[in-house]
Amino acid sequence: MTLWEKMKASPLMGGKEGVIGLAVLAAVIFVVLPLGVDIFRLNLIGKYLTYAFVAVGLVMLWGHGGILSLGQGIFFGLGGYAMAMFLKLEASDPLSTKIQSTPGIPDFMDWNQLTALPWFWEPFKSLPFTIFAVLTIPALFAYIIGYAMFKRRVGGVYFSIITQAIALILSILIVGQQGYTGGVNGMTDLRTMLGWDIRTDSAKYILYFVNGLLLFGAIFLSKYIMSSKFGMLLLAMRDKEERVRFSGYDVSNFKIFIFCLAAMMSAVGGAMFTLQVGFMSPSFVGIVPSIEMVIFCAVGGRASLIGAVYGTLLVNYGKTVFSETYPEMWLFLMGGLFISVVMFFPSGLAGIWDKYATKYGWFKDKAEPVKKPEVSTSEGEAQAVLTETAPETSMATDSAAKKATRKKADTTPAIDSNKMRGAEA
Amino acid sequence: MFGYSMADIGNIVVMQGFSGLSMFTVLLLMALGLAIIFGQMGVINMAHGEFMTIGAYTTVLISKVAANYGFTDYYFVFAIAIAFVLAFAVGYFIEFIMIRHLYKRPLDTLLATWGLSLVMQQIFRSSFGAKEVSAELPEWMLGSFNPTPDIDIPINGVFVMVLAALVTFGVYMFMFKSRWGLRVRATVQNRTMAGAVGINTAKVDRVTFALGCGIAGIAGAAFTTIASTGPTTGTLYIVDSFMVVVFGGAASIVGTIASAFGIAQAQSVLQFFMTSSMGKVSTLLVIVTILMMKPEGLFASKLRK
Repeated sequence: MTLWEKMKASPLMGGKEGVIGLAVLAAVIFVVLPLGVDIFRLNLIGKYLTYAFVAVGLVMLWGHGGILSLGQGIFFGLGGYAMAMFLKLEASDPLSTKIQSTPGIPDFMDWNQLTALPWFWEPFKSLPFTIFAVLTIPALFAYIIGYAMFKRRVGGVYFSIITQAIALILSILIVGQQGYTGGVNGMTDLRTMLGWDIRTDSAKYILYFVNGLLLFGAIFLSKYIMSSKFGMLLLAMRDKEERVRFSGYDVSNFKIFIFCLAAMMSAVGGAMFTLQVGFMSPSFVGIVPSIEMVIFCAVGGRASLIGAVYGTLLVNYGKTVFSETYPEMWLFLMGGLFISVVMFFPSGLAGIWDKYATKYGWFKDKAEPVKKPEVSTSEGEAQAVLTETAPETSMATDSAAKKATRKKADTTPAIDSNKMRGAEA
Repeated sequence: MFGYSMADIGNIVVMQGFSGLSMFTVLLLMALGLAIIFGQMGVINMAHGEFMTIGAYTTVLISKVAANYGFTDYYFVFAIAIAFVLAFAVGYFIEFIMIRHLYKRPLDTLLATWGLSLVMQQIFRSSFGAKEVSAELPEWMLGSFNPTPDIDIPINGVFVMVLAALVTFGVYMFMFKSRWGLRVRATVQNRTMAGAVGINTAKVDRVTFALGCGIAGIAGAAFTTIASTGPTTGTLYIVDSFMVVVFGGAASIVGTIASAFGIAQAQSVLQFFMTSSMGKVSTLLVIVTILMMKPEGLFASKLRK
């Protein structure tokens, strides 16, 4: 077997189309964009790509798991703040802060009459701890939220509302605790990482590529998970949760796991954001950014990993262009985007691609080799979904997502809340 | 305690408690509309705050007109009615073009209505400007009365409370004592069966949604008496009102009243003793923690499943 055939056959890649999709994305991120735009724009694109971590996490959580978290900004922010705390401590060494009344602490603490470094800041003097914290603290936080809610079978819109409230709490807290967090301005003026100036052009290039590689790592990890049996279970849970539970699976543990993983990815995105942009502020934590990140994912296609990256790039590019030229148009456009994507293109760009590109183009043959997991309510087929571990691509699940939304037609809206209460009782 | 004498504390609690009551009324009116829409229909309306803003801007505009023609003293009655009718009409229209296509996808409704709220905010900003505007209150609403020399209770607060009580009573009568309410409840309990006995469930949905929005419009009218209105006023209340609805137990009017009262009072009193942000944070934290322990809310209706 040649390498090409091996790649095509691997469930990780997801068939010919999967390989090509990844290759095109890699070419765009690593070749076309770095060569095509100047460093200022590239840095901006790097910033957008950090949101793509959140979007990729949401594809797994929402597109495949059916759990809509409106609080992904929490984890993005926690990761970003952890990194910012490290950089801020390095930027405020006693020498460069000697004009302060207490040298050696971050400037905003000095402005708020703090005279010593708070205890929870101490460990962030070490880079290994910071990286450890970026990976674990948001995941731990997600574990607590997920454990409390999924174990009690809180789902659907209740989960969305509560995560949203938590995002609000965290952003108010950060703004309110100015002395510890930098308040509404956030942590600014971050300069070096272990003596390496992150504001130079070369550093920006390096960080962009590191960010891109990490993003690909996240995509591969997600692809691996989705092509495993766990990915199948996730889809099955989204479509018929009760049936999965009756088959003997502990649904809540799967949900907690996927929620933690999505949180961890968002946190990595947040840390890379801080490194590339050079500051972190509460405006990336609260309700609005959290919901915007959902729309990045929805525009790209909620079930498509690669689509989510394109969706993020496209929406953010649009945002930058429009808010530079017609700031008042931007909200109309963003609002219209929310409405039209949800109403007319529930599977986003990836759905449009699936519908048209496969019909006319080069990918005409893709329908046969890839076995699509059928989403069905009839007993035999649902069983098949549970047990089979057929290779599956993210693109293929898109149509499954579409079907799932139709299939849900038999449930009345009120059942969602009733189900939860019933389950509790 | 905190350097205040006992008498001071008493007065503070009464006055903060009263300012909490004004907030309670706005929250209650917002949450009543939401509770109808979310509790009865399972639809998440993120644009609910903007329907409140419609009511608020309507009131402001009418107060300006009233000032020109000299009927400032009693314009408020018209304002409430028109705010309700306008918000009702917009809600009716929105249900028709948007919400009814999304009943099967509650999570998607959430996103679509968020988009709607962005669009509406921008419409407000383009037509009324980014600056906050306030209604000219009639003379009789401006004063305050003092049961004891240290306690100062604003009359507009009393007025808003009476209004909220009337609306709550109206909603109760509508939902539980009228033919319409019967149809709404029948549709919620069993849509197919309700349709089979001849209830036009699509129409019930539309009117229910519009009614919820109309009540938000009244909340907006009430809001103008205690604060000034800007394009993003609605978003300040939306999370709080959702918390009220979920905390009280969706579909329970008593629960909505109790949780609106609790949340507003806790925030108002805590904000006096802590900073305003910490007061809000601690209130929300307590609610979220309780919701994690008891996800069905305080007064969930007993359902057998």
